Amino acid sequence: MEAAAEPGNLAGVQHIILVLSGKGGVGKSTISTQLALALRHAGKKVGILDVDLCGPSIPRMLQSQGRAVHQCDSGWVPVFVDQEQSVSLMSVGFLLEKPDEAVVWRGPKKNALIKQFVSDVAWGELDYLVVDTPPGTSDEHMATVEALRPYRPLGALVVTTPQAVSVGDVRRELTFCRKTGLRVMGVVENMSGFTCPHCMECTSIFSSGGGEELARHAGVPFLGSVPLDPELTRSLEEGRDFIQEFPKSPAFPALTSIAQKILDATPACLS
Amino acid sequence: MEEVPHDCPGADSAQAGRGASCQGCPNQRLCASGAGAAPDPAIEEIKEKMKTVKHKILVLSGKGGVGKSTFSAHLAHGLAEDENTQIALLDIDICGPSIPKIMGLEGEQVHQSGSGWSPVYVEDNLGVMSVGFLLSSPDDAVIWRGPKKNGMIKQFLRDVDWGEVDYLIVDTPPGTSDEHLSVVQYLATAHIDGAVIITTPQEVSLQDVRKEINFCHKVKLPIIGVVENMSGFICPKCKKESQIFPPTTGGAEVMCQDLKVPLLGKVPLDPRIGGVVTKASLFWLMPRIHQPHQPTGV
Repeated sequence: MEAAAEPGNLAGVQHIILVLSGKGGVGKSTISTQLALALRHAGKKVGILDVDLCGPSIPRMLQSQGRAVHQCDSGWVPVFVDQEQSVSLMSVGFLLEKPDEAVVWRGPKKNALIKQFVSDVAWGELDYLVVDTPPGTSDEHMATVEALRPYRPLGALVVTTPQAVSVGDVRRELTFCRKTGLRVMGVVENMSGFTCPHCMECTSIFSSGGGEELARHAGVPFLGSVPLDPELTRSLEEGRDFIQEFPKSPAFPALTSIAQKILDATPACLS
Repeated sequence: MEEVPHDCPGADSAQAGRGASCQGCPNQRLCASGAGAAPDPAIEEIKEKMKTVKHKILVLSGKGGVGKSTFSAHLAHGLAEDENTQIALLDIDICGPSIPKIMGLEGEQVHQSGSGWSPVYVEDNLGVMSVGFLLSSPDDAVIWRGPKKNGMIKQFLRDVDWGEVDYLIVDTPPGTSDEHLSVVQYLATAHIDGAVIITTPQEVSLQDVRKEINFCHKVKLPIIGVVENMSGFICPKCKKESQIFPPTTGGAEVMCQDLKVPLLGKVPLDPRIGGVVTKASLFWLMPRIHQPHQPTGV
């Protein structure tokens, strides 16, 4: 029988979800933050672990850039992004001396920091830990999956955009999930069309249909399509809570629906 | 608890493996053995190989999904319009090789000859190499750690029979990691003309691109300039413009002014650009970019 992991700092974390894509720029960080905010609005306590060491986007998206990380007896204290302390965040972005400092590290050093992020952050009690990853199937992904394996993640959300160039890379990410034994909770298609605010014509700027087709081909659930939404992009730029502030915006229904599907797919905890 | 050696002295330093900050690092033994200090013989071999390559341009971005591969492919095709110019396009995105798809070369395989690996020729004067050509299925994942990726890049530079080339364009993955360090190190003695850096207008991209610019300064890689992609969207029906990726902090224009790098041009979000390179997409993209293959004299 597999030995139980030393629970340590993840002992209070109920469910772990990884957000992956083979492709860059499809909206992993966007989906990670919006999922976290939607789960928060559903009354959950959520942590976000940003393991994109070269391009840590999450602090800015939650208006937390420049915050300091403190130490406690159990390790690093994650940064709370809201007054109620229901969303916490750890990112290499908090450890840089200057915001434009480049993290020019080879694989082994990245692996070492990711292991520390998994074991040495004092998350406390969380309903969900959302893990945002960089694009690819390399050091960061292997290190994250290996470090999290003893804690049995709920699974992975795989993000794509509709066009062939994205789907091509995301097929490889699905293979990565299969090979590493990571359950795929579903595929999310982001940037699915843009409705012109002037004339309401919808244009499939990044093509259409690729995400649903990919999910069908891979035999995994399709969780939904999120349209291009300048209010969402602007909220991310300014670190605003899109889910709270823009319920009438085009991306809102899709994002909240995806969060609901995650809630529905979460097994009830044995208490 | 394993310490992360934040102040790692560097694998090739005299202190490698021996410094106080090396204690507990997984590579301590390797570094202490001196293995990191000896120069890689491949660097000389690559320098020899690159003697037939006149110009080398890297296409970089800190950020993913901004259009590096799209730009690289269009630049390669644009330069190859002069039939007397020989162009080589090298894709070092090992995990996410997009170039075969964008060049319409999916399913092509690489052949080996006595003089090395043959690139795949999309035109007589335009040869392409990518790990994509080495995979047998579109579902094949390249799940490699850094050292193995570096080995592949070394092979691409040393073992591909490019022949006489006027321009070698190197498409890279997002980030500032193994692939970027390796290509700069392997080409260090072969002289890289410079880097074209791609971004989109919003701050979430720019914050990563500033890091990439700092990376270039750190490794002494000249910057030819920055291209801002996905700059505004013109609705095909009403022709009015929308900002889908709003330049909330002034876009590439302000960043380039602040960091004193040239802005080579802006390309709008256009459904005609972004799939396979066509005559139409070349027509819509290339005239907007000012001399992306010419380093400005400093």
